[in-house]
Amino acid sequence: MANNYYDAADLRKFGKITEWSEELGEKFFDYYGKVFEEGALSAREKSLIALAVSHVVKCPYCIDAYTKDGLEKGITKEEMMEAVHAGAAIESGATLVHGVQMMNKYNKLSM
Amino acid sequence: MATKSLKARHNRLAENNTQLDILNGGVFADGELPYFKDKIENIGKFPLRPKKLEILQINVGYMCNQVCAHCHVDAGPDRKEIMTRETMRQCLEVIKNTGAHTLDLTGGAPEMNPDFRWFVEEAAQAGIEDFIIRSNLTIIRANKKYYDLPEFFKKHNVHVISSMPHYTRGKTDKQRGNGVFDKSITALQDLNAVGYGMPDSSLRLDLVYNPSGAYLPGNQTAMERDFKKALIEDFDIRFHNLFAITNLPIARFLDYLIASENYEDYMYALVEAYNPAAVENLMCTNTISVGWDGWLYDCDFNQMLDLKVASKVKHIKDYNEDVLNDRNIVVSQHCYGCTAGAGSSCQGSVTE
Ligand code: SF4
Ligand code: SF4
Repeated sequence: MANNYYDAADLRKFGKITEWSEELGEKFFDYYGKVFEEGALSAREKSLIALAVSHVVKCPYCIDAYTKDGLEKGITKEEMMEAVHAGAAIESGATLVHGVQMMNKYNKLSM
Repeated sequence: MATKSLKARHNRLAENNTQLDILNGGVFADGELPYFKDKIENIGKFPLRPKKLEILQINVGYMCNQVCAHCHVDAGPDRKEIMTRETMRQCLEVIKNTGAHTLDLTGGAPEMNPDFRWFVEEAAQAGIEDFIIRSNLTIIRANKKYYDLPEFFKKHNVHVISSMPHYTRGKTDKQRGNGVFDKSITALQDLNAVGYGMPDSSLRLDLVYNPSGAYLPGNQTAMERDFKKALIEDFDIRFHNLFAITNLPIARFLDYLIASENYEDYMYALVEAYNPAAVENLMCTNTISVGWDGWLYDCDFNQMLDLKVASKVKHIKDYNEDVLNDRNIVVSQHCYGCTAGAGSSCQGSVTE
């Protein structure tokens, strides 16, 4: 058994999750595949969203996968970094906006 | 970025056998990944057999003004292998008598062969339907003696297919060398100026896109849309089609994969993307590739690995289409590159 939590080579084995639950696994991959097809948003735009979200949920597998996906789609590194900043801005904004709750609570408890 | 070929650097990968050992060893020899041969055997396609010959591809030499990082030819200014006029004469004989409808001149930079113009003039009279010249674009701007190439191409009504790694400067220059992007843009404008690539023009100008790194090309239609939009908006450049081509693990691209520790992952990605539907239209099934010295191969990739055709006829001087067509195509692990995703050939994807 490996002693570390993340192994880059595990990403290749992602498809194997269907082995322990074929029906749910396949439903997931069908859904996943559909989500990233060309639609009202282009596959390119969705790839950038996925890359931003990968950073926000801090998934190293997804970061690897969507960096590569971006390269395959001809997305530039500047575009990728802007997407990461968009994710980071929302993430930090989401943290900061809770500061209002803190302020409310502080004010309520204070004389 | 290296400025010399593997050969000039005495790199071990300049040896075909070393390349083949690497391709057949490791992840394949230890059974982690299946051999290509077994993969196509499962769908009843081994041995792989040719269909009717449609394309005669002629490599007129490995000399090139560029030293692109991904080059499967290992071409460069230091490569001296050049087709002689005598071999060209043998090719012309075949061109006149072949059933092939397409003639595809490649290199290196084919324009650097001293007999290039003579050969094109002669071959253009052979009544071939589609006469392709693969131009790396920068050669048109490399030296005054090449400035009139767009006119020359037009005069002989050849179909120009040019490599263009990306519509941004950074990516293009990284793969092909500093300054390549600007020169390529000027060359494309020169080609447009004589009528190449215009929407209603019969002067065909297509672009070839190869990924600049260890990943597969994306959807060809989407890439074409992005390239067209960017090239028109930024430079007012027009072209007809974009062919997205997978880099095969050969020569300098193999060297890059190994040095950057991407080799195994790349082979996994190729095998993972294996698409049985692409096997039907592999370019080796309708093409013969002629090397600079007249030896015959199933494709340009096999040429670079010195895997000659498995036929009694092995040289252009003994050319016989019927005998050649009765052969088994030589395959190895690099062939996964042609069957990945939508498939890959000199003319881009082979499936929708
Ligand atoms: S990829 Fe083409 S342009 Fe680049 S070095 Fe090879 S032959 Fe020359
Ligand atoms: S490399 Fe591609 S074209 Fe060449 S023999 Fe293999 S499958 Fe055929």
